[in-house]
Amino acid sequence: MAAAISVRQVTKSYGEGTAAVHALSRVSLDVAPGEILVMMGPSGSGKTTLLSIMGVILRPTSGVVTVAGREVTSLPERELPGVRLRHIGFVFQGFNLFPALTAAENVAIALDLRGERRPAAMTRARAALEAVDLGDKAQALPANLSGGQKQRVAIARALVGDPTVILADEPTAALDSQSGRLVMDLLTRLAREQQRAVVMVTHDDRTLGYADRIVHIEDGRLREGEAPTTWPEETRSWGFAPARPALAFE
Amino acid sequence: MLAFRNLLHDRVRFAVTLVGIVFSVVLSAVQLGLFLGFTRATVDVIDQSNADLWVMSRGVTHLESGVPFSESLRHLALGVDGVADAQAHIVTFGTWERPDGAREGVMVVGTERDGAMGQPWNLIEGSVDDLDRPDAVIIDELYKEKLGVTQPGETVELRGHRARVVGFTRGIRTFTTAPAVFTSLANARDYAGIRADQALYLLVKAEPGADHARLAEALRHRLPDVDVMTTVEWSATQRNYWMFGTGAGVSVLIAAALGLIVGVVVVAQTIYAATVDHIREYGTLKAMGATNAYLYRVIVQQSAISGVLGYAVAIVIAAAVAHGSQSGTTAILLPWTLAAALFVLTVGMCVSASVVSINKVTWLDPAMVFKA
Repeated sequence: MAAAISVRQVTKSYGEGTAAVHALSRVSLDVAPGEILVMMGPSGSGKTTLLSIMGVILRPTSGVVTVAGREVTSLPERELPGVRLRHIGFVFQGFNLFPALTAAENVAIALDLRGERRPAAMTRARAALEAVDLGDKAQALPANLSGGQKQRVAIARALVGDPTVILADEPTAALDSQSGRLVMDLLTRLAREQQRAVVMVTHDDRTLGYADRIVHIEDGRLREGEAPTTWPEETRSWGFAPARPALAFE
Repeated sequence: MLAFRNLLHDRVRFAVTLVGIVFSVVLSAVQLGLFLGFTRATVDVIDQSNADLWVMSRGVTHLESGVPFSESLRHLALGVDGVADAQAHIVTFGTWERPDGAREGVMVVGTERDGAMGQPWNLIEGSVDDLDRPDAVIIDELYKEKLGVTQPGETVELRGHRARVVGFTRGIRTFTTAPAVFTSLANARDYAGIRADQALYLLVKAEPGADHARLAEALRHRLPDVDVMTTVEWSATQRNYWMFGTGAGVSVLIAAALGLIVGVVVVAQTIYAATVDHIREYGTLKAMGATNAYLYRVIVQQSAISGVLGYAVAIVIAAAVAHGSQSGTTAILLPWTLAAALFVLTVGMCVSASVVSINKVTWLDPAMVFKA
């Protein structure tokens, strides 16, 4: 199966010469449609840099990124927003909802960016909220939603545009265990049903049970053989067994 | 959608923005209205004269500074082809002695009683024909208190000569503090100390269809020792003298410009503060794939909405102030052309105030969304 997103020999450096800082060194990674990949690593290891490069927000110093079969690293700057719009859905740690908009409008704005007319966009947005079990909260402002509900709205917003890849940055970090589980259930179900590739950066061991594959980043490199071989207590406490007990490393 | 909701979401800031715009627009509207009011006051006597051309002594710079010349020039003027009528006319400062003995400066306007030019207008009490009566004068109702009279029939003195108020006009203001006092040419000569064979101006009426500029040229040729201007030229000369030559108009225009600058600063500051407050949202939009043009549109829409709403409130206030000024000696004029120009100016001002915010989001790094 062709990768939904592919990273080949990607390097990212800041500065030049002896003062150069290498955030990523020759990283290669493929994520298939429907696959859930979890990226772990300490702070400053390069996870966010890699996520930004995969999200076509940041250009690598060298290497190639391919999204939905299209090589994007050589595209001119003006075409990159279009790639993000069509192929990437983002889920953020802090939800990043627009506080002035209702839940439905928060979802619809992803379609507004594509130029979709408001009535059609609102219809699709409500359907997306139904899909995350928030149909009754369509008119609610974010301030009136719980953390878990906000993240589900964010997931609906990420999915409403039919992206190829979902990039999730610490999606459960701000949630209690019950909300975190609900969000992970949802993300997993939708990824499987809709064949979205999901790349998730997390420090939250409780999410590991949902991963098809876990990669560990340290000092800008993908490291092999250092992933946990047993699932932590918190994961078991959610009552989920890992989808693939044998961890895959690049 | 986002622009309007963002504005309404932060109502305090929106209110501050609107107050700033309203203050700015009202200030500008009132100052520009004052400018128009002053301008009209300076030229009303000229524009309402019903004359097509004015003849005056050489070098006269403004209406109130006329220098006497021989009235015999009137006959020479009447001999020029295209001239239908020519009347002697006097406009000059005089001293009005109120019944209580106090003195006020006035502008004496003397007109030939058998002519059709230079007469008072907008009469609300009495008639122009009443000026045929001995010592008769007509003043504007706005200056009753200043001139110490309350009703027709009251008498005062002008330069030691008796004057009887026979009527009142409405809305004839002067730019100087000296109210217009309309009277016959003979009375005006007495009140201003001008010889009986002299005039300060000749008012000329052209034959129907005559070219005023050509007629002015012909009069200059026939009357080489005086100046001849069309009414339009003389009106512009008078207006420019008082509005720009004295600096009075410039100061009013500067105040109007300051009002607009205050508006730009207030709107720019509040829109910028709102942009900074929502910077993470703009970053999120950029990460999601929004182009800079989309973000600019959101910011400009916020500014434009603020401008339109602020203008709507401000113009109502300005109209009320302008209406209220009609009963005073200083008129604030707010014609629809000024209101329309202010609308364009206000929205333009608000949109231009977005530039700083637009610059902010232009260089916004969407990767910020991954920072906690």
